Amino acid sequence: MNYETIIGLEVHAQLRTQSKIFCRCATEFHASENQNVCPVCMGLPGSLPVLNEKAVAFALKMAVATHCQIQPTSIFSRKNYFYPDLPKGYQISQYDKPLATAGVVEIVLENTSKKIRLHRIHMEEDAGKNVHGERYSYVNYNRAGIPLVEIVSEPDLRNAQEAAEYLRTLRSILRYLDISDGNMEEGSFRCDVNISLRPERSDRFGTKVEIKNINSFRFVENAILYEMERQRMCLEEGKRIVQETRLWDEHEGKTFSMRQKEEAHDYRYFPEPDLMPLEISAEWVSQIRSTLPEFEQVKKQRFMTQYQLTNYDAKLLVQEKSLADYFEQTVHRGGDPKLVCNWILSEVLREFEVSKVACSSLTPGHLAELICLIQKGTISGKIAKDVFEKILKQGKMPSQIVREEGLEQISDAAQLEKVIEFVVSEQGDLVKQYREGQKNKFSFLVGQIMKKTQGKANPKIVSELLKNKLEREDT
Amino acid sequence: MEPFHLTIFESQALLKKKSLSAKELTESVLKRIEATQPKLNTFITLCEESALCCAKEVDEKRARGEALSPLAGIPISLKDIFLTRGMKTTCSSRILSDFIPPYDATVVDRLKKNDVVLVGKANMDEFAMGSSNENSYFGPVKNPWDLERTPGGSSGGSAVSVSAGQCLGSFGTDTGGSVRLPAALCSVVGLKPTYGRISRYGVIAFASSLDQVGPLGKTVQDVALLLEAVAGYDSFDSTSHPIPVPSYQTALKKDLKGLTMGIPDEYFREGIDPEVLKAVHTAIDQLQKLGAKRVKISLPHSSYAIPVYYLICTAEASSNLARYDGVQYGFRATASTLAEMYLKTRGEGFGREVKRRIMLGTFVLSSGYYDAYYKKASQVRTLIQKDFTEAFKQCDVIVTPASPTTAFKLGEKTENPLEMYLTDIFTTSVNLAGLPALVLPCGFDQKQLPIGLQLIGPHFKEERLFQMGHAYESATDWHTRKPSL
Repeated sequence: MNYETIIGLEVHAQLRTQSKIFCRCATEFHASENQNVCPVCMGLPGSLPVLNEKAVAFALKMAVATHCQIQPTSIFSRKNYFYPDLPKGYQISQYDKPLATAGVVEIVLENTSKKIRLHRIHMEEDAGKNVHGERYSYVNYNRAGIPLVEIVSEPDLRNAQEAAEYLRTLRSILRYLDISDGNMEEGSFRCDVNISLRPERSDRFGTKVEIKNINSFRFVENAILYEMERQRMCLEEGKRIVQETRLWDEHEGKTFSMRQKEEAHDYRYFPEPDLMPLEISAEWVSQIRSTLPEFEQVKKQRFMTQYQLTNYDAKLLVQEKSLADYFEQTVHRGGDPKLVCNWILSEVLREFEVSKVACSSLTPGHLAELICLIQKGTISGKIAKDVFEKILKQGKMPSQIVREEGLEQISDAAQLEKVIEFVVSEQGDLVKQYREGQKNKFSFLVGQIMKKTQGKANPKIVSELLKNKLEREDT
Repeated sequence: MEPFHLTIFESQALLKKKSLSAKELTESVLKRIEATQPKLNTFITLCEESALCCAKEVDEKRARGEALSPLAGIPISLKDIFLTRGMKTTCSSRILSDFIPPYDATVVDRLKKNDVVLVGKANMDEFAMGSSNENSYFGPVKNPWDLERTPGGSSGGSAVSVSAGQCLGSFGTDTGGSVRLPAALCSVVGLKPTYGRISRYGVIAFASSLDQVGPLGKTVQDVALLLEAVAGYDSFDSTSHPIPVPSYQTALKKDLKGLTMGIPDEYFREGIDPEVLKAVHTAIDQLQKLGAKRVKISLPHSSYAIPVYYLICTAEASSNLARYDGVQYGFRATASTLAEMYLKTRGEGFGREVKRRIMLGTFVLSSGYYDAYYKKASQVRTLIQKDFTEAFKQCDVIVTPASPTTAFKLGEKTENPLEMYLTDIFTTSVNLAGLPALVLPCGFDQKQLPIGLQLIGPHFKEERLFQMGHAYESATDWHTRKPSL
């Protein structure tokens, strides 16, 4: 029998606020153990949560960007369970009254696009981290209280590729909004997969399995592929799928049962009495809507029409908002779009990671000036690459480097004629061979001329002049 | 008269005139504690040295002519539920028996800024769960009017410390009557302020939507002074209210003309000790003579208050007490697995009543039961709130007994939790509705046990309660009687 795979994803993204969601502690990632803690995030007796307005603003941005309905009143609830990394014995989350519901995210597949509906987006606090030593276990509470948004999709995804593209799109939105790192390896972006199979053309869902512990985009695809196959074999053998939570083991390339339905926690949710209901005004929502950035797909289309870039190039430039902005800033400073694009995609990205370009020592000002020098013919493309290296090393402006080191291109015919004259007379044999028909000697002669001018000769003019000279003297 | 018998207001005047020093006042109180603590078991922790040190500082400040708060140099006690930095805070529980907090509760912080002299941490029912102060890991507190009897709970230590002259004022907490019941049974004045009037930050939570800090003192005026020092918005408590704190002392000067007392039928039915009933009626007559009008009112959902209260408070408590798991602080039992650590720590660390309430609360929040219990209770809570809203359209203050009986014997109700829960029959609705209520002495029964009168006001109308309470107090002398110890 043929089966259809039904996938829904629950994504947790850490919000990049300065302070935690319910206290004033820093959220900074690289702190030493239990450095960013206080009575509130440690859950000490008597401590009370106070909601961070910035965290709400960030979550709202995500909700508005994904076309959710923002609830005018949402409620924080307590999710009760015991675990050492959970200092209060409950997590403050949202349950029956989430911040936002009914959103949609459009994903772009190879030749088509697809709308994935969102069930809800809510806010909650992160837990700490258990660390197991040889004799003792430890808890690091730095992460406890870091704001999270949980984004729950409807079961609209049908295969691993769609799931991966959906995740990539969510990550892109989060990063475009500058509200989350979206880093799966570092755990600031986490994903649980709900997956079930059903016979093709059936309209009833099969029993679903939840897969946890997936910490890279590739693992999500691998886990889904494995689980699809496991469930298919199971069904084909006439067995039933057990509703359970499974863990992905990347090393083994398998999922393992963690707990079955009967062992599932009863979280005993109830409204958090220490926090007032969260009221969101329509003004706040429209203010946030008015500050949303242009997102990846729209930007890509615009780049293609406005700058005549290819789909491939535009896609690479918009993968990070900061990179796309960098491109445009360089263009606005006078760089030819195609040239700027080529330089960024080759030279610049060879030096810097995609996300680090914008904050690198090479400013759009540097790059624009360098490209303008090429456009004006002041330096050759080849010299420009040397100048590029020097900008990185010295931090000086390209024009200054060119001036100080006398790297201006020689386009003056009279000046070049002299060099050509010299090379032609010096390389008599080659000239003779060329005239006898070995046309490939021509580029060698050009090379010699370039060498004599330390690469500064304008190769186009050199080529013309040399050709004229050789032809002329031939006749 | 020994200085420890003074009210805050009286000692203030003497301190100002420098005819009494804060050190002398504190020494008098400490001597009184030394003499009476073994009989009463009021305190869990005493801090004589720091108290004397603090008193001396106040005297020095006064000598230098510095501006001082009305509470400067006044010895007070705190229920052992308030976090005091560097000073043991146990909540009367084994599970916190060695807990030394790293921060001060907002109330404590504000009291310190007022140069109050803290003498010790008062005994209480474990995690404020109880009506008789018998649920304490450190043993029960005795009622100074009869050492065989309970002082009421859960702020029993606080009420006794004031009644017995072991301090001049105290702070307790009131979740279902925990300030008002002991005030009534010990013949002191106790206030449960409006929910949100005093910050709960640093106060160990029992039931967050009901808990409110409350002052206890020898007179209405003293209680007003204590409230004014700590009330007001706190950015560390989202449920604290930004409405400004008025000057309560001005309210005390007003007479009762134009005020209407509402007398709720439901609070004067069978089950009340006839002597209590008589005293309360006499007090109402007295208030009428002083100029207040009286009107019959109805609070029709009153009979649901106790069940609703015990559903909501146990639910919240089961979650609030989850943090006592032996991981970070407090008592931890020896165990070989994580699950065993949790079970043994909580099994051995909590007392019987606390465990009973955790189990009840866990049950009422369980999936499948939530709607029938917790949700339904929340809905009925709204009805109880509406009762009061309606009632306050007809009257300014509601007058009721504080407790159906006078102090009962220690051990009398410990085996019957339901009977014990009914002790709070007149006080729990006030917490469910978030209202302010003042309890003050209004007589004694034939056994010479104190009787308390309860005045309930609309939200943030504490001043009206002080106005009426002070007028009554000025016309009677119940509050001046002292237990013989």
